[in-house]
This record gives sequence, C-alpha cells and structure tokens, in this order.
Amino acid sequence: MMIKINISSNVIGEPILAESMIETRTALNISQAHFDSTYGEIIAEVETDDFKDIRQALESKGAKVTVLDHPIVRDEEECVECGACISVCPAHVFSFDEDWGIAQDIEKCIQCGTCINMCPHHALSLEK
Amino acid sequence: MVEKSIEEINRRINEGNVNVVTAEEMVGIVGELGAKEAAREVDVVTTGTFGAMCSSGVWLNFGHPEPPMKMNKVFLNGVEAYSGVAAVDAFIGAGQLSETEGFDYGGAHVIEDLIRGKSIDLHATSYGTDCYPRKTLDTTLNIYDLNQAIMINPRNGYQKYNVATNGINRTIYTYMGSLLPNYGNVTYSGAGVLSPLSNDPDYQTIGVGTPIFLGGTKGHIIGEGTQHSPETNFGTLMLRGDLKDMSADYIRAANFHEYGTSLYVGMGIPIPILNEQLAQSTAVTDKDVVTNVLDYGVPSRDRPVLRKVNYEELRSGSIEINGKDTPTSSMSSFKKSREIAGELKKWVATGEFFVNSPSQRLPAKATCKPMRQTTRNPLVQDIMARDVVVIDENATFHEAAKMIMENTFSHLPVVSEDGKLSGIVTAWDISKAVAETGCNYVKDIMTKKVLTSNATDPIDIAARNLDMKEVSAMPVIDNDRYVIGIITSNDISKLFARRR
Ligand code: SF4
Ligand code: SF4
Repeated sequence: MMIKINISSNVIGEPILAESMIETRTALNISQAHFDSTYGEIIAEVETDDFKDIRQALESKGAKVTVLDHPIVRDEEECVECGACISVCPAHVFSFDEDWGIAQDIEKCIQCGTCINMCPHHALSLEK
Repeated sequence: MVEKSIEEINRRINEGNVNVVTAEEMVGIVGELGAKEAAREVDVVTTGTFGAMCSSGVWLNFGHPEPPMKMNKVFLNGVEAYSGVAAVDAFIGAGQLSETEGFDYGGAHVIEDLIRGKSIDLHATSYGTDCYPRKTLDTTLNIYDLNQAIMINPRNGYQKYNVATNGINRTIYTYMGSLLPNYGNVTYSGAGVLSPLSNDPDYQTIGVGTPIFLGGTKGHIIGEGTQHSPETNFGTLMLRGDLKDMSADYIRAANFHEYGTSLYVGMGIPIPILNEQLAQSTAVTDKDVVTNVLDYGVPSRDRPVLRKVNYEELRSGSIEINGKDTPTSSMSSFKKSREIAGELKKWVATGEFFVNSPSQRLPAKATCKPMRQTTRNPLVQDIMARDVVVIDENATFHEAAKMIMENTFSHLPVVSEDGKLSGIVTAWDISKAVAETGCNYVKDIMTKKVLTSNATDPIDIAARNLDMKEVSAMPVIDNDRYVIGIITSNDISKLFARRR
C-alpha cells in the first residue's frame, strides 16, 4: 500500500525514517520525496502487514502518516486508450497491454495528479 | 506482372469472395508469399487511424427561421461558428473555444454533443436586411433538427507526424500533450503500420473521390489536405462525411491542457491491390515509417531535430534521447486504429463497401510554404534598456536601496564576484528586508531563480514569459550569463501601444 509521511520542521533534522525502518525491520519503498528547511513529505510503498508497525514507529517520533487510498480512477467510457498518460506518470502506473489497450497497476499510484491534466479526454480523476 | 482492375475487385466484393486483410495482416502475407504472390492473393488492404485532428469541423445548415435571417454571428453552446457565408450556414471548427468556458469546452465538444443527440443552444445575431429582416435568434436544437451537418476536415490523415519532447527546464503544454522538463518524456502520433498514407505513399489509389471510413460511416476524400507536403512525407487529406451518420465511438472531443480543444477522428482507407507495387507498399511496417524527434521547448517554427526515430522504437515504450531512456506516450490510439481497419475490412468482406479509382490524383510534388512576413518581428535587443545598473551580491541592502533611488529603477540585477548574474532584487525585496531583521546583504534578500531573456528572443516570447511568471522585468544575459540589458513589461506595453 501507498502511504504519505509528513515530517514537520521540529523533527526534520532527525533521522526518524531510518530509525523507524531499523526498529520495525520494515522496508519502505520511497517513490517521491520533497524536503525543504521547514517541511518534508515522502510518498512510499509498504507491505500491508508492516503498515501498523511502521506507522506507530513514525508517529511516535513526530511524523504524520496518511494512507493514500484514493488512487487514480479511469473512466473506461471516456478513455480512448491512446496512451498519453503513460509517459508522464512518475510511478509507472499505466502501460499498454498486448492488445494495445491500457493496463494499470493501481497499487503503485502515488496520487500526484499529473496524468489528469495529460489525458486529452478527461478520463482520469482522483475521486474521493 | 500482376495487374488487377477496380472492376474485377468490385465484382469479387459483390460476389462475396473478395480477399480483404488489414495492413497489419498484409505485412505477414507479403513476408511469406512475396509481393507478387500477395498481389494475386489479396484484393483489398484496409488501414485505419484514430488521433487528434485539430483541423476538423462541420458545415451546419440550420434551415430558415421565420421570419428569415442572414445569420452574421452564430454561437453554439457559446462557441462561435463561422458564418460569413450564406444566410443559414455556419462552420464550427474543432479548435474554437467557448466564450464562457474557455479551455473546457470547444467546437470539438459541440460536434461530439451533436453526434450524441444532445440539445445545443443556438444564438445568432444579424444586421437585418429587406430580404432577411430578423436580427436575433435563440433556439435549442439537436442533430435531427438540422437540415444538414457535413463534416469537412481540411487537413487530416497525416502520413506521419513529428515526435515531441522538451529540452527546457519547465513542463510545457502543447498540442502534443504535456512535455516534461529536460527531455522527461516523448509524445508521438500516428498509426505507423496502419497509417493510410504510409500504405500508399505514391497515391496510386488514394485520390479525389476515394471512399473511406470516416467517424463510423462512409465518407470521401475530396482532395489533398492543407499543408500537403508529399515531398517531405507529410502528405495530408481533405475529407468529407455526413455527421448525422457518425458515431461517438469514432469522433471524440479532446482537451489539451493549457492548449485548447481538438477532435479525435477515426478514419480508414481501403487500398485496392491492383499490382505488386501496391502489395509491396501496403507491407510497410512500423520500422519503415521514420520521423523526427523535435524539441518543442524551442518556441520557433524551425524546432531543432534531436534525432530520427521509427514507429517501432516509439511503440516500444521508450527511446533514447541524449543517452537517456525516455518514456514515450502515444497521443493517438492504436487500439482504435486497429478497430477501424477491422471494421472497414468487415464492410468490404460483406459487400457493403466498394473501392473506386480516384477521379483525380493527388499532387505528388508539393511542400508546405512558410508565411511571408512583411513586418520584422521586433527582438528583445531592439527595446531593452542597455544602461542597466547591476549590484554586487555582497553589497548591503542599504546600498541597493540607494542605487534604486538614484537611478529610479525598480529592479536591480545582482551579480556574483565573477560578474555573472546570480539574482535580482526589487524595491519590494528591500522593504521586506527592512521589515524583517537579520538580512543585511543583497545576497540574503535577492531572488535567486531569475527569469532571464536573450537579446535575440522575439518580443512575443519575452512578453509571454513575463506574463506567465507574473514578473515585470527580466535581465537580458549573454551566453556567459553577463548582464547586457534589462527588459520590462513597461517597455513591451509601450511598443505594442506604438504598433496600434
Ligand atoms: S496520479 Fe496519475 S500520474 Fe500520479 S501516480 Fe497516480 S496514476 Fe501516476
Ligand atoms: S490519456 Fe486518457 S484517454 Fe488516453 S489512455 Fe490515458 S486515460 Fe485513456
């Protein structure tokens, strides 16, 4: 599953991510990270079984963890299966299947929204 | 030599024993049998393409209202249709944007809504004449209410298309989709192996009057398209079809983010295999269709060519650009193109669709001419201020304030020790520094990410950059980042004021 970890300014200098990973013996597969001097945001994939432990570890160190559970939705009626969305997705969610239709690996979606603007047919949305 | 006639092929279609295959299937057949035997075996090869064809529109004839009116301005769901012809005709173009909804709704959407049978608001105005007294008209109508709705695509079915990527450091939004910074992705269009014109590049069978698949119904080629450029393998076609018979499966409105609207059009052409030369040309593969990768980050008609590429590479999912694997996106649907070639094959096989010889061949010699421009486009160097004052980044903000006061500039480019541009400060930055404490030097208060311009940039580009980034001045730098001038939005407004 995909999670978002927010790290606020008071703990940003501390290695809480590494500590939590070592402590819980859990691997986080980081797909995006944004840091500046006041704020950090990480998007990562974690095994569902490990989620509870790593969330507890991170939150006890002052981070905030949210589950990203609204991945991209493709309206198959609107979609013409062009493939325009394929190249802009940082998480490689879309690809062509063997019949040149669109295959999606929804699990990987980090909900960045980039593909929504790329789709010429308004077929993509992040629904709540 | 195998020679077949159109009559012979049509007889077979009529008798139900025609051998028709898609252009994709033909590759294997020619590979196996050779062109000569394939020409004997196969009678018709079908092609197909489904992609954005901005150059599309529909002639609408509304029928006459009572009292009659010569419609001068026509709006359909707020989208203007061109009506500078007779009284109740108008041409709705796919790329025209709604007056109220901007990028979200355009001519293409009106066309799709019509096909779907939806109601459309018509608003028309006129100056009124003795024969056409009416001055305004508002009504709601759908496609069944229209007297006629004839799709005309002035430029369609490009033989192949340029491939787009972007070398600058921000995402750009184009008719080829969003192009990520620093060659982050590549977009292409066209059906390669199935592309109609690539299967008959000498226009042996494709010409005026050729019956085609258009938008789910039968249509015709009415001539070469605008910008027809067969000498550079960029041939185009002008098409006609009856919108009333079309289907939204094959005609779809599109929005290109920050660019505008366009229409995805499904089109397919049957190619009668009259001889082995045609058998050979219909065996074209993705690998044989070669095109150029252009840097759309350069806002010029002559965009730099980064490399050549064929459709097989493009369709593999990534291509190499400057030594890096770059993901590719198709803007046209190969799946739909296949569907169209397959549908057309069915029509021919079941005797619903016949082939034809063109009543006139398309020009084989032509290239697309650029515009003649009689006024020179002013460049940044023509209007930039050259007496620009710069400040050292190690100066204090007091010194900066003094400099701005003395020279009545509101922007000071900041340079580092080697004299190269490193930032910019404005009077606003200085006021902020005064209000906050602890920032004493120019380098602490300057904006480091400076928007710059080159002396040889056209003014239009500088103006667009200022506008988009909402800044009011840009230092003009040379290739070594030395400041050679400054250009402000004020200079540009003055120039445009003079032009009027
Ligand atoms: S929102 Fe779209 S672009 Fe972003 S990760 Fe999900 S699928 Fe990919
Ligand atoms: S860009 Fe839109 S229409 Fe094209 S394949 Fe992706 S979702 Fe479908």
